[in-house]
Amino acid sequence: MQKTLKRYFPIFVLPTLIAFAFAFIVPFVMGVYLSFCSFRTITNAQFTGVRNYIRIFEDRDFLNALWFTVKFSVLSILTINVISFVLALALTRKIRGTNLFRTVFFMPNLIGGIILGYIWQQMINAVLLRYETTLVANAAYGFWGLVILMNWQMIGYMMIIYVAGLQNVPTELLEAARIDGANGLQTLFRVKIPMVMPSITICLFLTLSNSFKLFDQNLALTAGAPSKRTAMLALDIYNTFYGRSGYEGVGQAKAVLFFLIVAAIALGQLILTRRKEVEQ
Amino acid sequence: MKQKYKKAVTDGLIFAILCVLVAAFLAPVAFVILNSFKGRLYISDAPFALPNGETFAGLANYQNGIEKTDFFRAFGYSLFITVFSVLAILFFTSMTAYFLTRVKSKFTAGLYYMFVFSMIVPFQMVMFTMSKLANSLRLNNPVGMVILYLGFGAGLSVFMFCGFIKSIPLEIEEAAMIDGCNPLQTFFGVVMPILKPTAITVAILNAMWIWNDYLLPYLVIGLGTKYKTIPVAVQYLVGSYGAKDMGAMMALLVLSIIPIIVFYLASQKYIIEGVVAGAVKG
Repeated sequence: MQKTLKRYFPIFVLPTLIAFAFAFIVPFVMGVYLSFCSFRTITNAQFTGVRNYIRIFEDRDFLNALWFTVKFSVLSILTINVISFVLALALTRKIRGTNLFRTVFFMPNLIGGIILGYIWQQMINAVLLRYETTLVANAAYGFWGLVILMNWQMIGYMMIIYVAGLQNVPTELLEAARIDGANGLQTLFRVKIPMVMPSITICLFLTLSNSFKLFDQNLALTAGAPSKRTAMLALDIYNTFYGRSGYEGVGQAKAVLFFLIVAAIALGQLILTRRKEVEQ
Repeated sequence: MKQKYKKAVTDGLIFAILCVLVAAFLAPVAFVILNSFKGRLYISDAPFALPNGETFAGLANYQNGIEKTDFFRAFGYSLFITVFSVLAILFFTSMTAYFLTRVKSKFTAGLYYMFVFSMIVPFQMVMFTMSKLANSLRLNNPVGMVILYLGFGAGLSVFMFCGFIKSIPLEIEEAAMIDGCNPLQTFFGVVMPILKPTAITVAILNAMWIWNDYLLPYLVIGLGTKYKTIPVAVQYLVGSYGAKDMGAMMALLVLSIIPIIVFYLASQKYIIEGVVAGAVKG
């Protein structure tokens, strides 16, 4: 069977492979190479070694963006996961209106980042208007605005993953805990949380990678204002590419560094989960 | 008895808190809808007030927003790109996944890992080179966008289809082959129907992402052409008129979320199941 199928390679694989090469393979390889070059358009690239990587640290933009991104990600991961887990607990109690609550909480997840960003920009500015200030007057407003926006968008998504996890906890286990005299908190920490560990891992990974790579929301909400102080990594890379002429190579070098950070996080997460799976 | 009473009180309390939260979740959307009906000069005066006789502007903002961005055209291009990209992804990546799972060689294994690898690479890594390449290949039009989305969606989709195809017993396909089916007939007649649940998940995950995607169409197609999608049109309006015409912006934001909410309410069950399945497998 393999042999006959092999002959159908052009039909089964080639169309996907060609599109994949256009969208990913060729740009990726070119991107790695160009990060070692000085260029304005791709055709006049000149090899300059690691100069671009050194120039990244000429100013503090990249490090500021990295620090902002880390702060934002840590805070978002904590708040989103705690709130969505609590909501999931509430929605698995079989109270009235559960379906309606779930529908509403999940809805923001489907709205695109650009549109979400502008909705919240209008909303936050309307609130700040009472204090005669605006979102871009202070970097702290932008930071908290992004955290609130991210919570609004991701809580429902994480909540339904936790609901699915909690519903898979065997009822016999909960019964046994009750008969043994465990109270609500003991059941939560000794039975429910250990049983939904796989869901927690997934949610931590999703919130981490979504916060770390955030772009659209950042662009729409503050676009980095005031003076780049609310720009996250992805936006900083974008600005380096398209905002400053002569910095294309530096932008590409930043992008490679960004990729390496994201890959290291993904790999670390994978190793951690593998280890846990072995233990179980 | 006491236990039961206690549970009823707790549930009542939780219900009340959830109601407050629902209101908080809906507030931003309500806020935008409210202001979309006010005259543009009144929006910043009292942003939380209901429109009254003086400030009510009827559908003027909507008319304005639609004209300035050519909204229905943008809607059409968004729809075209999303629908055909999702169809192309379903059709081609399921075939690719089938081939990669059933033909065992170093080449197929390498290709599979390349698809998986592409999932962790952030878009910023390839955005500059990809948009230059797309322009030189003349992919800066809706059909070109479908090709690019097929390439970008391939990673996750091949990965998810492969995961499912691995669990299909080989005997079914072998029986079809013995009955004289060629690989194409086997795939479309036997394998494809079994793939349906995964196909729904793949379709939903890709549709949600492609419909809302901003950077790829912006970089490849740009602001200057008639092929703007909805997110690009929103950014275009704000970039050029934002500060001056808040009314049109509010109306456009409302118009942009209406299709999503209609689609969501119509196929909520599939969306939520698909998202859970996608998260667990991804």
